[in-house]
Amino acid sequence: MAIRLKQKSVLPGFGLSLGFTVLYLSLIVLIPLSATFLKASSLTWPRFWHVVTAPRALASYELSFGASAIAAGINLVFGLIVAWVLVRYSFPGKRLFDSMVDLPFALPTAVAGIALTSIYSANGWIGHYLQPLGIKAAYSRLGVVIALTFTGLPFVVRTVQPVLEDLDKEMEEAAASLGANRWQTIARVILPTITPAALTGLTMAFARAVGEYGSVVFISGNMPMRTEITPLLIITKLEQYDYAGATAIAVVMLVVSFVMLLAINLLQAWSGRRIRSSGAGDLALSEA
Amino acid sequence: MATTVALRNLWITRDRAAQATTERAWVRWLLITVAILFLGVFLFLPLAVVFASAFAKGVSVYFAALREPDAMAAIRLTLLAAGIAVPMNLVFGISAAWAVGKFEFVGKSFLVTLIDLPFSVSPVVSGLIYVLLFGLQGLMGPWLVAHDIKIIFAVPGIILATTFVTFPFVARELIPLVQAQGNEEEEAALTLGASGWQTFFRVTLPNIKWGLLYGVILCNARAMGEFGAVSVVSGHIRGRTNTMPLHIEILYNEYQFAPAFAVASLLALLALVTLFVKTAVEWKARQHAEQQEIAGALGARATTALGAKAA
Amino acid sequence: MSIEAKNISKRFGQFVALDNVDLEIPSGELVALLGPSGSGKTTLLRVIAGLEFADSGTVRFDGRDISDRTARERRVGFVFQHYALFRHMTVFENIAFGLKVRPRDTRPSKKQIQEKVHELLKLIQLETLAQRYPSQLSGGQRQRVALARALAVEPSVLLLDEPFGALDAKVRLELRRWLRQLHDEIHITSVFVTHDQEEALEVADRVVVMNQGRIEQVGSPEEVYNHPATPFVYNFLGNVNLFHGRLEGDKAYIHEQKTGEVVYVRPHLLDIGRQPNGGSHFRARIKHINAAGPLVKVEAIAEWGDPVHIEMSQEKFSDLQLSKNESVFVIPKDVKVFSNHKA
Repeated sequence: MAIRLKQKSVLPGFGLSLGFTVLYLSLIVLIPLSATFLKASSLTWPRFWHVVTAPRALASYELSFGASAIAAGINLVFGLIVAWVLVRYSFPGKRLFDSMVDLPFALPTAVAGIALTSIYSANGWIGHYLQPLGIKAAYSRLGVVIALTFTGLPFVVRTVQPVLEDLDKEMEEAAASLGANRWQTIARVILPTITPAALTGLTMAFARAVGEYGSVVFISGNMPMRTEITPLLIITKLEQYDYAGATAIAVVMLVVSFVMLLAINLLQAWSGRRIRSSGAGDLALSEA
Repeated sequence: MATTVALRNLWITRDRAAQATTERAWVRWLLITVAILFLGVFLFLPLAVVFASAFAKGVSVYFAALREPDAMAAIRLTLLAAGIAVPMNLVFGISAAWAVGKFEFVGKSFLVTLIDLPFSVSPVVSGLIYVLLFGLQGLMGPWLVAHDIKIIFAVPGIILATTFVTFPFVARELIPLVQAQGNEEEEAALTLGASGWQTFFRVTLPNIKWGLLYGVILCNARAMGEFGAVSVVSGHIRGRTNTMPLHIEILYNEYQFAPAFAVASLLALLALVTLFVKTAVEWKARQHAEQQEIAGALGARATTALGAKAA
Repeated sequence: MSIEAKNISKRFGQFVALDNVDLEIPSGELVALLGPSGSGKTTLLRVIAGLEFADSGTVRFDGRDISDRTARERRVGFVFQHYALFRHMTVFENIAFGLKVRPRDTRPSKKQIQEKVHELLKLIQLETLAQRYPSQLSGGQRQRVALARALAVEPSVLLLDEPFGALDAKVRLELRRWLRQLHDEIHITSVFVTHDQEEALEVADRVVVMNQGRIEQVGSPEEVYNHPATPFVYNFLGNVNLFHGRLEGDKAYIHEQKTGEVVYVRPHLLDIGRQPNGGSHFRARIKHINAAGPLVKVEAIAEWGDPVHIEMSQEKFSDLQLSKNESVFVIPKDVKVFSNHKA
């Protein structure tokens, strides 16, 4: 073990701690993940391709990715507003609202799922206002977007908040003293500073939404080719004992996950800060 | 004439200065309203509907739903799964934080990326990978059948899937914390004669206790609320392999809305407790940081405590 | 306990921290490791403590080779630059720590620990602050607690890493004197690291001047200041003027015939006069006079164009009645030339 260390170390316990860490990691994470790729490799390439590009699968990608993108976009816009309001203004109940932003992280997705469905179904609290307008929120693609907006809500807020808090007021004062009006200052001074964090939050919201299951599966209606998300497709295949098919789609999702993980790491490096766990990192990305 | 012009220019400058770092009042109120409405609709409403629906049919129905045997079994199973997954991930988190936070070695950032992996995997896939390993058709399937060991569609599988999805929580919380704290106190303890374990328990652990609590709370919240992964490995056998989220799903699909929300309300309460502890820990951490700043400023004053001896 | 470090070398990646260093410290001495940042002094201290392991070389305590022993086994008292107090323990608990973690058979009783800690609190004059936490103390107070904590385990060697570096000037002076007094009472072999030459010269029995991983000179404060062995030591311990010239016997030829040697003169060893004396001298024009302070600092330009710094007492200055732009004679009283060391 001393070979792996850059310098022989004074503190004890390196071998023990690293050994246990790697062992546990392998048992719980690496070996099962490898099993998946091994299983997938039992499929021939044409067969694999056939499964992952089947019309039903493609429809599910379109829904999962499309709705995730729209939801992430909504969260970008409103997340910026919420972050701004929480950092810059005071109003009664601000602390409460600030704490509640993390609710989607803490609330089990199944609970969120049934709650949202209840609200937006035809006789629900909001649903019954929408129905006369002809808007079907539950059991539709709109419902999927609503649910994904819920799950992704904290990401942009929590990544942008610290950056806004650290923003030096003097920069804005300097801009003003040089003749910029408020909108110019916001557009030219503030926005560029928070862009990396905002994009990071956007990507994290998107990545989380793509894999989301519990919050969505109740409100979506699950009609194949129309409101069936990709994770549900995997489960359906499993229930039909089509292990190979399920694995193939799972591999697609895993590849997307790893690409997203890479993108997020790069974005975080760009924005110069590792997102601290007080918020975004912890219950992030995957859902319950 | 000149005075009026001068006064007017002064007024414009003052207005400009005020506008320099803040928006006009109506803009502020608009933004605040939008933010409150958005958060209200997306956060408070769902929370409210859980409790409203849970008690919609009255308090007795509420408690009956919770006391129902299948519900009790689900609660027990949820507690069991969390009760095993969280401590295991806690020990792992501490071990990883020590290895990564106190030492320099080749492959460190790669290791940290691997630890982050479960975060980026979709929960359904998280469950699937265990089915592919331990299921009937899985890699180890035949061996398990031969030894009459059931993992998938049984409790062990649920525990494993829960462990996987909550794997990084404690580690992710502790690693940056341990790294930021440095090695000096531990080195001091060693020079004073403490062993490795003594150093860890007496010096390191107390310094990370808030981060540890925080990580455990988050880990637990996720462990108890996990749905997708557990759904895949569970088999949905009533009274046997259903956790609370799965039980909620069953009740809901059978149109038993009040009972479903009753069980859901327990998890919602847990979520609120989690948020509360999170806020408290963050507040404590901020307090601590401010205290250090004040003490630092104090130390900067030249104190001649040596000269001012006790009378 | 005497300390002997032999052939110590250490690198961090490409950076050479220590290059074949030999050092002997007799028992009971108070020694300063003095040098600029990067000179290797802290690394050497940590190697002696067992907080770093040298790439090669040995460390002996009282002749016993302890190079492979861990910090814990070496039983040294170490005082860190930033104190490293246990932030979640009170002052009392910090000082008692070393006694509490002893293995059961050698652990003192609770009462004994209390007595010992109170004894030390009295020594560092902080009895009233026993229940405070480090964050509630000033820098000087924390440093004293760190020292008491190290002394509690009765080490045979006391090592201090820039102990007063993070403190105010006034507190630093007081703690310096206090450390000297402590050592006079306790006579424990002590090594401290500093980049402040005044501190080293004032406190230590012996000074070890280090530069770029090597020892430049070891000697008493008087020795290293008045008889520096190398230009680096001369330069580091006080101000200096550099001239081209040479030394013949006890006569210094400055700037004459530019012989390629470098002559070192301290500012307070240059006299100013209106008449040349018989010995070596040169002309200079006074550019600037700074009479604020215990010494008067005069800046002049020598006849060949180089700047010259001169220091003199206030009395001397008022005797001479110098003024700006005056042309005077500069007479060196004592110069140093280092053979084999070209500037």
